[in-house]
Amino acid sequence: MIEKALKGNSRYWMWLAFLSAFIGVGAICYIRQYLFGMGLTGMGRDLAWGLYISQFTFLVGVAAGGLMLVLPYYVHNYKDFGRITILGEFLAISAIIMCLMFIMADIGQPLRGLNMMLFPTPNSMLFWDMVVLLGYLGLNVICGWVILTAERKQVKPPKWVYLFVYISIPFAVSIHTVTAMLYCGLPDRHFWLTAITAPRFLASAFAAGPALIVIACLIMKRVAHFDAGKKAIDKLMTIIMYAALINVFFVCLEFFVGFYSNIPGHKHSLEYLFFGIEHHGHVYNNLVPFMWSSVILCFGGLGLFAYMKITKNAPDLWVGIGCAMIFIALWLDKGLGFVMGGLAITPLHEIVEYYPTANEIGITLGIWATGFFLVSVLYKIAVGVEHEVEA
Amino acid sequence: MDTKRRQFLKMAGAAALAGISAPAVVTLTSGSSPVSSAQAAASHAVEEGPKGIRLGMLIDMRKLYDRPDLMDKAINTCHKVHNVPDIGNSKDEIKWIWKMPYANVFPENSTYHASETTRESDFLLLCNHCDEPPCVRVCPTKATYVLEKNGTVAMDYHRCIGCRFCMMGCPYGARSFNWMDPRPYIKEFNPEFSGRMRGVVEKCNFCGHRLALGLEPACVEAVKEVGAIVFGDLNDPDSEIRQILDREHTIQRKPSLGTKPSVFYIV
Repeated sequence: MIEKALKGNSRYWMWLAFLSAFIGVGAICYIRQYLFGMGLTGMGRDLAWGLYISQFTFLVGVAAGGLMLVLPYYVHNYKDFGRITILGEFLAISAIIMCLMFIMADIGQPLRGLNMMLFPTPNSMLFWDMVVLLGYLGLNVICGWVILTAERKQVKPPKWVYLFVYISIPFAVSIHTVTAMLYCGLPDRHFWLTAITAPRFLASAFAAGPALIVIACLIMKRVAHFDAGKKAIDKLMTIIMYAALINVFFVCLEFFVGFYSNIPGHKHSLEYLFFGIEHHGHVYNNLVPFMWSSVILCFGGLGLFAYMKITKNAPDLWVGIGCAMIFIALWLDKGLGFVMGGLAITPLHEIVEYYPTANEIGITLGIWATGFFLVSVLYKIAVGVEHEVEA
Repeated sequence: MDTKRRQFLKMAGAAALAGISAPAVVTLTSGSSPVSSAQAAASHAVEEGPKGIRLGMLIDMRKLYDRPDLMDKAINTCHKVHNVPDIGNSKDEIKWIWKMPYANVFPENSTYHASETTRESDFLLLCNHCDEPPCVRVCPTKATYVLEKNGTVAMDYHRCIGCRFCMMGCPYGARSFNWMDPRPYIKEFNPEFSGRMRGVVEKCNFCGHRLALGLEPACVEAVKEVGAIVFGDLNDPDSEIRQILDREHTIQRKPSLGTKPSVFYIV
């Protein structure tokens, strides 16, 4: 089936070339970091995690978001998702590969990465995260490939593959739960030390993942004559709305607990993120514009969706814009705010603001571009098979 | 199901539960030695520590308030002995022992109406070598671990993958990361102790290498003239540190987190 990715029109190749440019820049930046050390990043002693880990966290969510297609189709027999479940699986594959690349970019001794397997340590959540991520990657590769092959041969997928499909459902939940546990089990990191971290991660994941899939469907409808179907898109919009609303609800709960209890540790990060925090005469507020953008984009996207639902008229362009707004809002919320908000207040009660360096951003964009490259190639294959079956 | 069978199952279940929980009850209530059980009876709240040798440190800040030079001496000696680089910026810096104001060292304690000494002095801080170290719990490769023979938290610089999860787990900010090759920033290399490579985490090791030679930790030796830092086995009732701990009121950093630090302060 891979040959389908090798036949495309000039727009397809231009898109891949465009992404390759970013991948190239990212690779050069990574070589620089590899040769010099992590000092080329904006991270430091008091703020030891940064963009890499936050992108990793967000992308685990994107990978888990595929569940919102797999679950309705395979468990509830929701036939309208039949054409697009494969897109969820292929998105999960690409997102997890991006996650693994971000982890490799983030560790100081990448050549020792295998120590995670040579000295397995069950008390470390990072160990379990590796286990579930590799497991979920394997499951999606198996399910995606076998089901697509069966579709191409126009036969029913073999029965045994359903076993893997059903196992992949709890795995999708587990990858994001364990990723949340990286954060929510650390003493004295008040912003992260909350049991709602995992549910909040899942809620935002179940909005962000499907939002990206809807955008991909709308683009492919224009450029590749692949129509996911009005009903499927409509249902996905409903799922995105509920998931995004639940995420908003959870964030509001954080505000209540912090400000009503009036415990400084619980308030500091929220103050820093949304209003700026004063410390020794200096106001730290570099994330405030991002967080309010997130709020505006989230409510804007939800409002747009609600309007389209009420008027029962959802033009593709507006659906796409709404999805993009929600996706960016959730990226700002989790891919920036959650990680940086928790880190900015150090255990020594200093406030450290984080500014990624150009080199770090280059690597980050390179990995994102790699992910988009993979998604493009995999979706090209999926759509190619669809067209072949139709013809 | 007939009633007899049900009753039997109930009883069997209860017996099994009692059997499981019995050892836990015993360990919670009984002391390990006559000494500690006598103490438990005498005082209202006694926290049990692990058995065996438990190395700990007591920093008597009363002897250091007007001697910031001695604190600097302790810091410089430590960093020299352990080949800690002087990188010169707070972002990339590496430190094993350093000094900070009270509000940073003891953020859980109030500084409202604090005394002038408390407000204006710096306090020494270093790795607490906790009994329940979160850094060890989170490390994915066992590169940081509790040394069974003396209870200190040690590091294997050759196994560390540099994920910095331990720096997230440590609630005391005790760990530093080598953001670049440290060698160019070491003025005088001490061949008696290892150097580190870039991309690994490091921290105070309670001078394990010096203890093996029968020496005291470098910081203890540096402030010897006033005897401000006492080092020894917390489980040995005859050790100097235990004598002082039994006599004086001491505090630990962030005790509410349950990490059980082995570094005590008199402030």
